[in-house]
Amino acid sequence: MRSVTRPATGVGTVEDDAPRTPAIEVRGLRVSRGGRPVLHDLDLEIVRGTVTGLLGPSGCGKTTLLRAIVGVQRIEAGRVTVLGTPAGNPRLRQRVGYVTQAPSVYTDLSVAENLRYFAAVLGVPRDEPARVLEQVGLHGRERDLVGRLSGGQRARVSLAAALLGTPELLVLDEPTVGLDPVLRRELWQLFHRLAASGATLLVSSHVMDEAERCTRLLLMRDGRLLTHDTPAGLLAATGAPDVEQAFLRLVAGTDGGPDTDRDTDFPRTEQS
Amino acid sequence: MNPRRTFATARRVLLQLRHDPRTVALMLGAPCLLITLLKYVFDDRPQVFHTMGAPMLGVFPLTVMFVVTAVATLRERTSGTLERLLTMPLGKLDLLLGYALAFGLLTLVQGLLAFGLTVGLLGLTVAGPSWLLLAVAVADGLLGMALGLFVSAFATTEFQAVQFLPAFVLPQLLLCGLFTPRATMAAWLHALSDALPLSYAVDAMNEITTRSGLSGRTVADLLIVLGCALAALALGAVTLRRRTA
Repeated sequence: MRSVTRPATGVGTVEDDAPRTPAIEVRGLRVSRGGRPVLHDLDLEIVRGTVTGLLGPSGCGKTTLLRAIVGVQRIEAGRVTVLGTPAGNPRLRQRVGYVTQAPSVYTDLSVAENLRYFAAVLGVPRDEPARVLEQVGLHGRERDLVGRLSGGQRARVSLAAALLGTPELLVLDEPTVGLDPVLRRELWQLFHRLAASGATLLVSSHVMDEAERCTRLLLMRDGRLLTHDTPAGLLAATGAPDVEQAFLRLVAGTDGGPDTDRDTDFPRTEQS
Repeated sequence: MNPRRTFATARRVLLQLRHDPRTVALMLGAPCLLITLLKYVFDDRPQVFHTMGAPMLGVFPLTVMFVVTAVATLRERTSGTLERLLTMPLGKLDLLLGYALAFGLLTLVQGLLAFGLTVGLLGLTVAGPSWLLLAVAVADGLLGMALGLFVSAFATTEFQAVQFLPAFVLPQLLLCGLFTPRATMAAWLHALSDALPLSYAVDAMNEITTRSGLSGRTVADLLIVLGCALAALALGAVTLRRRTA
């Protein structure tokens, strides 16, 4: 097996594929889970260097789409191309960082032990753990056992592990859930800094007010894309005062009216 | 496969155990306690300890390693860390061999302790070379580890994983010749016991107990046990899927 190391800095310096190709290209993606269709012939393209928000109510297929992009989802039909390479290709394993919804770190290890292990697996320099801990604001918590951290801190350890080696594409499944507003703002600032240095971020959320923090928006419902636009473009196109209203108008436009059951589990803001 | 990633994985598994000293103490202590009990429960019939001491030395590492590995791997599957690792440049073999190295080391320590106690303090004497007892015990531990890794794929909760012990290991224990010689079993039971790896481990231990020198049969039995461990590891690798439904 090759032991390539990801560049610690300088995203976008990778020479193999033209940076002009989209970071993610999905064509006719269809996924069923347990006989039930989850994604219906999805098409989308995500430009490099953007922070794209994937928004939609719980259960609309966001996680399945992200898993397909990372290459861990068995798909029924369609094509997913990531950084110019078919999703799930071994060459992508050092270039794509993935954060699952539930923090996927070892609760019985300390913060530093977790990051040192993932750094060794990725083959990145030894000072990477310290750098990513600084980025997620967990500097000084190296020796804490992950199992004793709060939910939000665990989520940040999981995020830190995905930042190791500065991947070109970051796929983040609800990374800000349960975080306090200050931390959420800090993380969004971090996402934009990463995008400014060349990385592409795809961030899912079921909370509508995160939408205004993204450069591009993907609105999703029942396994279908409602729209792909900038926040401003979306508001202009729908004439809605905010993204939540825009979502409701788009739903009304597609199937003749929002069904109230579904929209109740779509919180405008995180209220926990 | 990549040695750096394999060793990093082994180190990580050992670090996890270091954070859980109670489990380590139980893993190392329980076999010693059970062997000591065997000796003194049958104090008036010393031949029981004489004939069963060596096979017991092989059975304990298997059961202990089976449970620990089944639960540890299940945790890796359910906590999402396995999915994360499989999106990283970690080979399936790196992961499996990492586990094998870490738990193999623990098996060795456990084997040394139980072996030292049995042969040293409790005075078990065998006709064959006594170091072979240690070799078979370690092979048994590896077999238990590999089986635990494999069955963890079929468990979705830790309750289920633990229930695999009575479902998967205890039948082998009854059929392996520990309680009644395999030769005296009904034909179908004998055939069944021939198909189970623990039978060969116990055969090897019995061979060492009764026959002097290094017998070819012991070596063959030992190789069968190791072969089964490798086969179970390979089956375990098949159950690690990068793409899931």
